[in-house]
Amino acid sequence: MLVIENLFARIEEKEILRGVDLVVPDGEIHAIMGPNGAGKSTLSYVLSGREGYEVTGGSVTYNGQDLLGMEPEERAAAGVFLAFQYPVELPGVGNANFIRTALNAVRRARGEAELDAVAFLKLARAAIKNLHMPDDMLKRNVNVGFSGGEKKRNEVLQMALLQPGLAILDETDSGLDIDALKIVADGVNALRGEKFSALVITHYQRLLDHIVPDRVHVLAAGRIVRSGGPELALELEAHGYAGLEAA
Amino acid sequence: MTALPTRKLEAWRYTDLRALAAISFVDSVPAAAPADLPELGMPRIVFVNGVFSEAHSTPFEFCAGFAAVAEASSLPLAKINAEHARDGVTLVVPEGVDAGAVLLVSYASADMPIAFHPRHRITLGAGAKLTVVEVAMGQGVYWHNPVTDISLHENAALAHYRLQDEGLESFHLATIRAKIAAGAAYESFSAVMGAKISRAEFHVTLRGAGAKTHLNAAQLLGGHQHGDFTTVVAHDAPNCASRQTVKSVLDGHARGVFQGRIEVARAAQKTDGYQMNQALLLSDTAEIDIKPELEIFADDVKCSHGATIGALDPEQVFYLRSRGIPEAQARAMLIRAFLDEALEPVTHEGARGLFESAIENWWARK
Repeated sequence: MLVIENLFARIEEKEILRGVDLVVPDGEIHAIMGPNGAGKSTLSYVLSGREGYEVTGGSVTYNGQDLLGMEPEERAAAGVFLAFQYPVELPGVGNANFIRTALNAVRRARGEAELDAVAFLKLARAAIKNLHMPDDMLKRNVNVGFSGGEKKRNEVLQMALLQPGLAILDETDSGLDIDALKIVADGVNALRGEKFSALVITHYQRLLDHIVPDRVHVLAAGRIVRSGGPELALELEAHGYAGLEAA
Repeated sequence: MTALPTRKLEAWRYTDLRALAAISFVDSVPAAAPADLPELGMPRIVFVNGVFSEAHSTPFEFCAGFAAVAEASSLPLAKINAEHARDGVTLVVPEGVDAGAVLLVSYASADMPIAFHPRHRITLGAGAKLTVVEVAMGQGVYWHNPVTDISLHENAALAHYRLQDEGLESFHLATIRAKIAAGAAYESFSAVMGAKISRAEFHVTLRGAGAKTHLNAAQLLGGHQHGDFTTVVAHDAPNCASRQTVKSVLDGHARGVFQGRIEVARAAQKTDGYQMNQALLLSDTAEIDIKPELEIFADDVKCSHGATIGALDPEQVFYLRSRGIPEAQARAMLIRAFLDEALEPVTHEGARGLFESAIENWWARK
């Protein structure tokens, strides 16, 4: 379970999060919607431990562990996965080598046996097939020369293989055509289960047609200003975010 | 003895040898080599303190002993080598023969400062093939000043891989001169990790149509190390290609130098020359000096050079860490990726393994 209490965070001198309260129980998928500049991406970066964000108040725990006191790699080992809004290109790093190194680092941290190259490839090829991705995905350098859609699919592939307990999808739907959107949604839906939860950050309703959330929250000016069921997303789609900041 | 070059010489502007000049060296003294010298499952020729060590070497049928006469040179260090050389290896591969691979190890160890000046020759007949893997290593204060003269006849192919992993108090000043005939290929890669002050100076002449060369290098330096990689590629014939990808990873107060000159003669039409120098600075106090020079007298040529200097990208480090990869490992992965293009000519599996583990160890010992 992810528990965020009264979280304040800033970049340099600019206060972005101003008292976020949010609970995501295991087995649930929650959506965070909100206008540009509301702090959606900041929230995802603070949760995953990116440098440059200073937490000035509040707490975040995941399964009882203090997430904010952990290094990014420790959070990953604890089961947190961030699907990047802009996945990073790594020239010279093969995708297979990258994902296997990540998987083995996480397995090592969890006290599990590492996978050799053969066992990994078997697992990765199966995941690629399930996600209807091209076979050469593993052979290429990480995200180098990938289209926007391929980069997002690569995030989903990593997620499928790392099997996180908590996935944070930061505007994973931006720039995706409908086919790619379905692949991303299938990737998330395939992980659904009692031990899996997700925070789906999005600006638009359409991703939520494919990943149906248990709860929808509206983040505006650094706070959760409204929460509701899936119908809230439809309402926002129809009426926009105007007026919510005052709510 | 011919005087050491000073920084007044344009070719030595970035490399100061006064620390070397201040030391009184004696001629090489015998020493014992450790039992765990590098071994790659190929014939091995070992020099200890610059002297051939039969005990550590295995037979290689293309080995022809020491060349008694030096080739003339105007280069100061090659002159010093010619005056002092007492040993070295001569490899001769006859026309059409694939001689496989050979490992050449130089090990040095001395209680007092010693200097040795090996004279090596590699000659490949028409269509002959050879892979030479060189490892230079040692401990203590010493000066290793090898000259290697390479001659490739028509369509010969030499792969020349050098691992300079000398002791950190040593001086390594290598001169490599190669003459490449039509259709022949000189493929080289140097990994530069050792020595207090080092320089590798290549003079490669592409003499016949369709000759080609790779002069790639990876310099990994830390502390107060100084590493200089200097190349002069002369395109004397048409349709020749030269490729230089030199990557420097510099930490601490290390200083890297790359000087690369491409000379294209009037006759050398359709020359394809490429030079790329990239430096990754891991500290605020590391320094790189880059001096590319193109001298082009032909009118139908393609020559390019580029240089970049940067630090590790924090976005890339974070991306790897967010996937569970610990920071040190993430940085090591990105450094290895940065070097990837330079390692391209290393197609021999054993040699590649040698460099991969040397790079890994460099990172681990930091």
